[in-house]
Amino acid sequence: MNPTPFPQGPITAWSGRGVAVVGDDIDTDRIIPARYLKCVTFDHLAAGAFADDRSEQAGAHPFDLEQHRDASILVVNRNFGCGSSREHAPQALIRRGIRALIGESFAEIFFGNCLTLGVPCLSGSHDDVAALQALVSREPTTVLTIDVAGLTVASTDQQWSLQLAEGPLSALVSGQWDGTSQLVAHDAELRATAARLPYLHSFAA
Amino acid sequence: MSADTLYDKVWDLHRVAELPGGASQLFIGLHLIHEVTSPQAFAALQELGLSVRHPERTVATVDHIVPTTSQARPFADPLAEEMLATLEANCAEHGITLHGIGSGRQGIVHVIAPELGLTQPGMTVACGDSHTSTHGAFGAIAFGIGTSQVRDVLASQSLAMGRLKVRRILVEGSLRPGVHAKDLILHVIRRLGVKGGVGHAYEFAGPAIEALSMEERMTLCNMAIEGGARVGYVNPDAVTFAYLQGRPAAPQGEAWERAVAWWSSLASGPAAVFDDEVVFDAAAISPTVTWGITPGQAIGVDEAVPRPEELEEGERAIAAEAYRYMDLEPGRPIAGVPVDVCFIGSCTNGRLSDLRAAAAVARGRHVAPGIKAFVVPGSEQVAAAAEAEGLDLVFREAGFEWREPGCSMCLAMNPDRLEGRQISASSSNRNFKGRQGSATGRTLLMSPAMVAAAAVRGHVTDVRELLNR
Repeated sequence: MNPTPFPQGPITAWSGRGVAVVGDDIDTDRIIPARYLKCVTFDHLAAGAFADDRSEQAGAHPFDLEQHRDASILVVNRNFGCGSSREHAPQALIRRGIRALIGESFAEIFFGNCLTLGVPCLSGSHDDVAALQALVSREPTTVLTIDVAGLTVASTDQQWSLQLAEGPLSALVSGQWDGTSQLVAHDAELRATAARLPYLHSFAA
Repeated sequence: MSADTLYDKVWDLHRVAELPGGASQLFIGLHLIHEVTSPQAFAALQELGLSVRHPERTVATVDHIVPTTSQARPFADPLAEEMLATLEANCAEHGITLHGIGSGRQGIVHVIAPELGLTQPGMTVACGDSHTSTHGAFGAIAFGIGTSQVRDVLASQSLAMGRLKVRRILVEGSLRPGVHAKDLILHVIRRLGVKGGVGHAYEFAGPAIEALSMEERMTLCNMAIEGGARVGYVNPDAVTFAYLQGRPAAPQGEAWERAVAWWSSLASGPAAVFDDEVVFDAAAISPTVTWGITPGQAIGVDEAVPRPEELEEGERAIAAEAYRYMDLEPGRPIAGVPVDVCFIGSCTNGRLSDLRAAAAVARGRHVAPGIKAFVVPGSEQVAAAAEAEGLDLVFREAGFEWREPGCSMCLAMNPDRLEGRQISASSSNRNFKGRQGSATGRTLLMSPAMVAAAAVRGHVTDVRELLNR
């Protein structure tokens, strides 16, 4: 559906249209219902994004509105992505074209899953998020420009500040957010750690 | 910042290295996998040309997609069959132990790892499932991870993690009869909220916690994540050691003594410093039931659905959504709400003591007309133990179905699900919209004893009315 390449390398900025999904505590079962998890690849998850909410709203869900079809910045409220650890949730959003999220706050596992995929979850104040949600709903063609390193998001005539903890921020801008190779490279340190864990040798069953 | 807590000690022992950007590399002592969140991780590993670093530290089972009626292969659902076949092939290729159907050891991953003695104090435990917090009951630091992180653990036996704050949840007094660990954790989440624990590990401590059995502690820690806390734990003590002794993967002989000494040294000591502390009185807690669409929307069975003005302003929007979705009006007493389906099982409440508590209510009674009620043991071992003491017969005679082990209607990835707007009394952990397999289905979370009470009365019932007779 969306030809935009998946995130790669340093994530320093993103520009695109926004889409607002309003509400606190939107859990990962709502982002992608469990029946869509019956798969052995992530390839076909886009159709599952907000599937039940969309059918409940019969075409009125923001993800079903023509004006948001090309949106790549998802604007949400508090505790977005709570519940299940399913990475299928951010994988479905990515396949729907989402490349960045701005919200009041994010659940921890969801935030970490997005980070390992190079998708920044940036936080804004309650009022700023409400203003952004109103803006993208009122003027869906507005292009928002996120400066990840500078922690701002701007429209043509307005700018809002964002927050992101130093660790994830540095991982994103340095391009080291997908760290398997870093972890594997610490062979000697991994051996040293294993050697000091008594349950791995001194009383292993 | 916390210091000298079990969390701090276990974290420091498992810290491999500091990573650029401020995260730590944390060694994972026990990695559990299942069919839903691992196939893409194995595929990614292959794409990167990496092998499994410690296949002996990863253990697999199948739980989410298994049918609970006939478990004959191939499964009737070809997608479910493909997922299990993929897990079997991945485990065979990489030399990972798989506790499959009929092995005598299959079951919900958070039920089997403790019962096999795999989960031990002082370990770090990771699994691609948010309810991995369950294993914190043993004084392990256990947390759910996503599939990319499953790949990382397979490749390196480690993860990039940020250190959490530690909040002590101090529970004074003792739980009253008919009030269980499930009621306690629902009460904690009700008070602290579903986002209150984000960024925190919850240490559950105090006399009421020390009095809990291991199975009750597992129920408690299981739902820490529903309060936003990725990690919940209880310090290891004599109850922990008594549970572990003699289990297949537990240390034996002289090694057992060394293990107990080490485990004991890990508990948060008198000098432990916590980032903060919240105190609860166990005796003030009633059997607790959810009325809404988050686990924090919970009330005592003797209370009414809260009115908007009784809620904090920030909670009113989601409460309005809950009134509409659940079709429960504010001010309506929760007791007496009719139910359609009663489900006893899940990683929260599918263990032997849970089935005993439910059977004690069901014994000599019968499921009310029109109610579908079923019991899904958490594992093959739980099923065998329950059958050995005749619990299956108690349930069957009372009109419950007795099923094969699996996750079942907790998340409805198998054929067990709600239909249309059915409302369930469920011993599981999530009352999210659509969670139990119908986009309009409704869930009331409660303890297994309360589910049994709802089944025999046909509506939400204070189980204490049935226990006192």
